Amino acid sequence: MTEHVTYEYSPGAGAEELLAQHQDDPIHGETMRLNMGPQHPATHGVLRLMLELDGETMRSVTPDVGYLHRGKEKTCETLGWHRFFPHTDRLDYVQPLMNNVAYALAVEQLAGIEAPPRAQVVRVLLMELSRIMAHLIYFGTLGIDLGAVTLFFYSFNQREELYRILDAYTGHRMNNTYVRIGGVYADIDEGIESMIRSFLDEFPGHLEEMNKMVERNRIWIDRNRGVGVITAEEAQALSLTGPNLRGSGVEWDLRREQPYCGYETYEFDVPTGSVGDCYDRFLVRVEEMRQSARIARQALDRLKDVKGDVLLEDRRFVLPPRGDVHRSMEELIYQFKIVTDLRVPRGEAYHAVESSKGELGFYVVSDGSSRPVRCHIRAPGLMNVQAIPHVAGGRLFSDMVAIIGSLDFVMGEVDR
Amino acid sequence: MPDVLVWLMKAGAIFGILLGTAAYLTLAERKVSAWIQYRYGPNRVGPWGLFQPFADLIKFIFKEEVAPAGANPLMFRLAPFLSAIPAMLTVAVIPFGPEVRIGEVATNLSIVDLDVGALYLLAFSGLAVYGPILGGWASNSKYSLLGGLRASAQMVSYELTLILCLLAVVTLSGTLDLREIVTSQAERGVWNVFVQPVAFVLFVVATFAETNRHPFDFAECEPELVGGFHTEYSAMRFALFFLGEYCAMIVMAGLTTTLFLGGFGIPFVEDPHWVLGFLAFMTKTAMFLFLFLWVRWTLPRFRFDQLMGLGWKVFLPVALVNLFLTGAVVSLLG
Repeated sequence: MTEHVTYEYSPGAGAEELLAQHQDDPIHGETMRLNMGPQHPATHGVLRLMLELDGETMRSVTPDVGYLHRGKEKTCETLGWHRFFPHTDRLDYVQPLMNNVAYALAVEQLAGIEAPPRAQVVRVLLMELSRIMAHLIYFGTLGIDLGAVTLFFYSFNQREELYRILDAYTGHRMNNTYVRIGGVYADIDEGIESMIRSFLDEFPGHLEEMNKMVERNRIWIDRNRGVGVITAEEAQALSLTGPNLRGSGVEWDLRREQPYCGYETYEFDVPTGSVGDCYDRFLVRVEEMRQSARIARQALDRLKDVKGDVLLEDRRFVLPPRGDVHRSMEELIYQFKIVTDLRVPRGEAYHAVESSKGELGFYVVSDGSSRPVRCHIRAPGLMNVQAIPHVAGGRLFSDMVAIIGSLDFVMGEVDR
Repeated sequence: MPDVLVWLMKAGAIFGILLGTAAYLTLAERKVSAWIQYRYGPNRVGPWGLFQPFADLIKFIFKEEVAPAGANPLMFRLAPFLSAIPAMLTVAVIPFGPEVRIGEVATNLSIVDLDVGALYLLAFSGLAVYGPILGGWASNSKYSLLGGLRASAQMVSYELTLILCLLAVVTLSGTLDLREIVTSQAERGVWNVFVQPVAFVLFVVATFAETNRHPFDFAECEPELVGGFHTEYSAMRFALFFLGEYCAMIVMAGLTTTLFLGGFGIPFVEDPHWVLGFLAFMTKTAMFLFLFLWVRWTLPRFRFDQLMGLGWKVFLPVALVNLFLTGAVVSLLG
C-alpha cells in the first residue's frame, strides 16, 4: 500500500501504523467480533459488515454484500430491451431517472440511433435534478449518522420539492420510468418548467443554510477531517469513480472526459478535493450540487430555443403515439412488434454516465433477437463498498458511520 | 399541623413537579424538535398533543417486557431502577423556592435542606452511572456492552469537571448547603454566573455529558450502537431509563440555576412572595431545559475519543486553574 496522508488528528494515520500501536498495548487482549448489519441503521440498506473490534478500534472489516440481490441483470435478459426500464429505476432508487438515461444511452448506442436534440436537453435537466436528489440523500443521511438529525429534515424538504416536480412531470414520485429508447416519454411543458425554475431559484439559498450548520462546525470537522483517507493512487487502484475519486484529488468526470447528451456544451466546474478524507468528499458533493443547479439552469434556458420532438419517429424502437394505435393499422402493428419483439442489431455496447455515485455503465450484448444476450451493470456503489475495509482498519468504531456515509452507496445498486 | 405531615406534603408536591415536568419534557422534546425541523410534532392526543405523555405511559405499561436470552436476570431488571432512582433522589436537596407561609405553617420549599446538599447531590448523581453500565453489561448484547463501557468512561471523566466547577462556587459561598448558596448570591447582589463565568460554561457542558445528552450521548448513539445500553430494553424498563435521563436533566438544570443564576431569587426584588420565587426558579430551569433540547437538535455528535480528550485535556485543567484562582482570590480578600 502507498503511504497515507497524516492529519492533525491522530486517526488520520494509516491503518498499519494504528494497528502497530495497538500491538504493543499492554491491555491489548481478546478481540470482539461484531456483526454490523444487514439490519442496522447506519449501513444504509442491507449491507453486512463483519468487524473485528479491539476495544473501540476496528482491526479489520469484512463487507458482505448480496442481501438485496434481485437478479436485475438476468431479469434484463428475460424481459427484453424495452421492458427492463422499470427495473433500472430500482437500482439506485434515489435517482431513478439517471439510471433510465444510462440504460437508454447504452441501448441507443447499440441500435445506432440518437435521441432528438430537445430530448437530450430534457435528459440533461433530469439527470442534474437526479444528482441533486441523490446528493441531498447523502447530505441528510450523513447528518443522521453523525448525530445532526435536523439536517436530514432540511435536506428532505428540498427533496420533497423535487419529488413534487417529478410527480407533476412524470406522474410518479419515485421509480419514474420516463426515459425511452430514443428520447423521453413526454415533453416538459411550461408549468413544469416554471416549477423547476422556482426550485432552482430557491435551492442554492437552502443549500447554503444547510451547509452553514455544518461546514465550519468544529464537531463536524473533527468527525470528518482525516477520517477515511483515500489517496489518489489508492482511489484509482480501488476503481473508485465519481465524487469519491474527485475527493481524492483526481479530476475525472465523465461529463467532461466522455461527454454524452451534449454535456460538452454546458458550463460547469468539476470540484476536486486534496486529501481524500470524508470532509473533502463532503465539500466535493456540496459543490457538485451547486454545479448541478447551474447546469440545470442552462438546460432550462435551452428548452426555450431547442424545439422539436422529444422522441424519435423511428418505428423500429419507439412506440407509436397512443391515439394513432387506435386509428391506424400500421401503427397497431408497430405497437405490437415493439411490445412483444423489439429487436436490436447484433453487437455489443457499453455506455457510462456520471451518476451521483460515480461511473454508472451498462454493457449490453445483442445477438439480433428480442432478448439481450447479456446486460451487465457497472454499479459505482460496489466499488465504493470495496473501499470500506481499506479505509476502516485501525479506525475507531464511531468512524465507521462517517466512512459509510461519505462513501455514499445505495444497496439497490450494489446488489442489483 | 404536625411537621411530618407538612414534610410529606412537600415531598409529594416536589416529586409530583419532577415527574410532571419529566413527562412534559418528553413532549417538549418532540415539539421543539418538530419546530426546529419544520414538522408538527405530536398533535393527535388531546389539544396540541398535550395528553401524549399519558398515551405513551399507557403504551409502555401494556407492552410486553422482553429480555434477551442469556441476559443476567437480576442485573437486567435492576439496571433501569439504578438509572431512574438516583436521578429522582437528587431532587430532594434542590431549593425550589423561598420560605412558604400558608396560614400558620412556614416551611422551606425543598424536601430537605442538607448542610452537605451539594455533596449529597453529586454522590447520588454519580450513582446513576451504574444504570447504563449494568444495563449494557447484563443485556448480553455486544452493542449494549459498548454503550455501557462508553457511558462509564464518559460519566466518570466529566464528573470531575462538574465537581471542580461546583467547588469553585462553594469556595465563593463558603457553604455546601444549596439554599445558602442561593441566599449568599442574593446577599452579594450578583449572580455567580458573573463572578464565575468559566466555571459556569464548563459546568453547563459537563451537565450535558453527565446526563448523557447530545452531543455527548455516546452511550445511546443510534447510528452506530443502535441505542447502546438500552438496545435490548422494552416496555416500562425502557421507559425507566428515559425517566432517569429526563429527571437527571431537570435536576441538573435546577442545580445550574441554583449555583449560578441565583436560584429562586429575583434581581432587584427584596424578599419576593414565595410563588414568585418558585416561578422564577422554574423559569430559569426551563431556560436550561430548552438549551438541552436546542443543542440536541442542532449539533452533530462528538466522537468518543474526542470527548475524552476534551474532558481530560481541556476541561479538567481549566477547571483546576479556575478553582485555584478562586481559592487564591477568596483567601487573599478574606
